[in-house]
Amino acid sequence: MTETSVPSPVVVHRRPAVSDRLRWIFGALILLGLGYWLISAAVDEPERFAQVTVIGLSNGMIYALVALGYTLVYGIIELINFAHGDIFMLGTLQTQSIFADGSLQIPLLFFVISVPLGTAATVSSSGLEKTYAIAMALTVSVVFCLAINAAIERIGYKPLRGQPRLAPLITAIGFSFILQGIGLSWKGEGRIAIPQLIPDTVLIGEGGTLLDFGSFPYYTVRDLMVLLITAPVLIALTLLIQRSKPGKAMRATAQDRDAAAMMGISVDRTISFTFALGGAIAGAGGVVYALYVGTTYFQLGFRLGLIAFTSAVLGGIGNLSGAVLGGVLIGLVAAYNDGFGDARWTYTVIFTILILILVFRPSGLLGERTPEGQ
Amino acid sequence: MSEQAATGGSNLLLELDDIHTYYGSIHALKGISLNVGEGEIVTLIGANGAGKSTTLRSVNGLNHPRRGTIRFRGEDITTKPAHEIVKMGVSQSPEGRHVFPRMSVHENLEMGAYHRDKRKPEYKEDLERVFTLFPRLKERESQKAGTLSGGEQQMLAMGRALMARPSLLLLDEPSMGLAPIFVERIFEIVVEINRQGTPVLLVEQNALMALDVATRGYVMETGHIALEGPAGELKTNEQVRKTYLGED
Ligand SMILES: Nc1ncnc2c1ncn2[C@@H]1O[C@H](COP(=O)(O)OP(=O)(O)OP(=O)(O)O)[C@@H](O)[C@H]1O
Ligand SMILES: [Mg+2]
Repeated sequence: MTETSVPSPVVVHRRPAVSDRLRWIFGALILLGLGYWLISAAVDEPERFAQVTVIGLSNGMIYALVALGYTLVYGIIELINFAHGDIFMLGTLQTQSIFADGSLQIPLLFFVISVPLGTAATVSSSGLEKTYAIAMALTVSVVFCLAINAAIERIGYKPLRGQPRLAPLITAIGFSFILQGIGLSWKGEGRIAIPQLIPDTVLIGEGGTLLDFGSFPYYTVRDLMVLLITAPVLIALTLLIQRSKPGKAMRATAQDRDAAAMMGISVDRTISFTFALGGAIAGAGGVVYALYVGTTYFQLGFRLGLIAFTSAVLGGIGNLSGAVLGGVLIGLVAAYNDGFGDARWTYTVIFTILILILVFRPSGLLGERTPEGQ
Repeated sequence: MSEQAATGGSNLLLELDDIHTYYGSIHALKGISLNVGEGEIVTLIGANGAGKSTTLRSVNGLNHPRRGTIRFRGEDITTKPAHEIVKMGVSQSPEGRHVFPRMSVHENLEMGAYHRDKRKPEYKEDLERVFTLFPRLKERESQKAGTLSGGEQQMLAMGRALMARPSLLLLDEPSMGLAPIFVERIFEIVVEINRQGTPVLLVEQNALMALDVATRGYVMETGHIALEGPAGELKTNEQVRKTYLGED
């Protein structure tokens, strides 16, 4: 999304404002400091650095999948859907049900409806069984999260259209707690284990089956799995938004709602579609997380949701490539801090970044600076 | 009760009967009745804030009237959602252009034909027609609409409205922000579009030129119709000349 500049006949020479210059100096200092820290880490321990980078990239893709949902919805109705992280959490719980119990589960507050699918699997199941279980998990989790997000929009946000921005925001926070409550009554309060279907087999690195070198496991089958699910989702999403009719309706509605209506687009339906799409991506994210991490709990969505939201803001909220870039960058930052700094400080570092972005570049890395200041 | 004016003898396409439209508690339209017949150019003139844009928004379903009825081809569309009204053939080039800033000129025109089948040959024809009317748009086809000049955006908004192949075209101040020489061209284009068969409801600040091209006109004053009649008569009406044509 580059902007072509239009030559203007009148050239106005303006001294950059002091705050602009300060901003640059400050930004450059931070980048220099970060760069120095990273380069020295890479020089001191190149092997561990490479491994941490891979971990950061894989985590980053999970953040990106969740960040996309925030950014899609924000782009179209300027609402921060606080319940989005919890939708993702429900996706991980559904995946856990499918792997551990072999059933699709529908949580109602005080009991759970179980539909057996015969998909229970562990690391020692056959390849066919695993493939079936993962395919079912993807289908069920995507549909499940899509349906919940669409239902929330229908019940909680649609009636508030045209109301002050604060109203749906409060509803969103409310739904976040409701979904956490559902997760709590569904799976209890502790961390629960998700059967690991994907072995930790090293592909590249020490004892790697593809490339055997060095003394670290660099790239494992799990990392590959993250990529194998995330990449097609991103490609499909891009095609959908760029080429398909509902995608075009979404872009038009995001850019000018009245004008979109004048093109014969049903704005209401387009907004519902956006929520459904965001939910579906979060559902896929839930499966990826389950395969990669192996445990989950009812407050996962709150924590991971905040990180994903930060990613969306870093990339420029409302901008899809921004959400992916932001997710990967935050994934890397978190991994470097875990690996070379102090893991206890990771949240502090991430939210310091959020504050710095908001102060120094409110539009985010790829966000567009509109004349209105957005 | 309703003061139906003669429509030059043709069939009625659009009929507004005593409509009242509000913005929250602001009573913007206080009983507007007007109509547009097949083949006509009807102009709606009046001071700033008189309610001209609100009238067009009401017809288009963007602000539904609280009272009164709007009929299009005899069908009641008063409370129909905007996108359905557009599909019936009502297309608007809104005040302030409202192009999609982060889409290219081409994509904007494509959006104009959103509810039509793009594979049909008519789509290509309409694109050609728009490029013939506005060669500048052809030159800028792949440029982002947000980076076009104001006048170019105005042309794009009009071209986009035409891409719907409308059976009624609503134009809200199409000459706004255009260089004087191009203002004349815009009015020529309005006549040309009309001659190709599209009725036009034209809102204009440029009252003299609007009355020159229109068959009939309505003069609005703070939410109601103050005067109406054949364009030629309005042009010579003393009150109109004083208030809108700047004569004394
Ligand atoms: N979104 C809105 N909210 C509240 N009031 C509005 C809104 N839009 C228009 N109005 C009010 O409704 C009245 C009619 O406005 P409208 O835009 O229809 O006037 P207009 O005749 O098109 O004027 P102009 O020639 O300046 O375009 C005005 O008093 C205006 O202040
Ligand atoms: Mg107006």
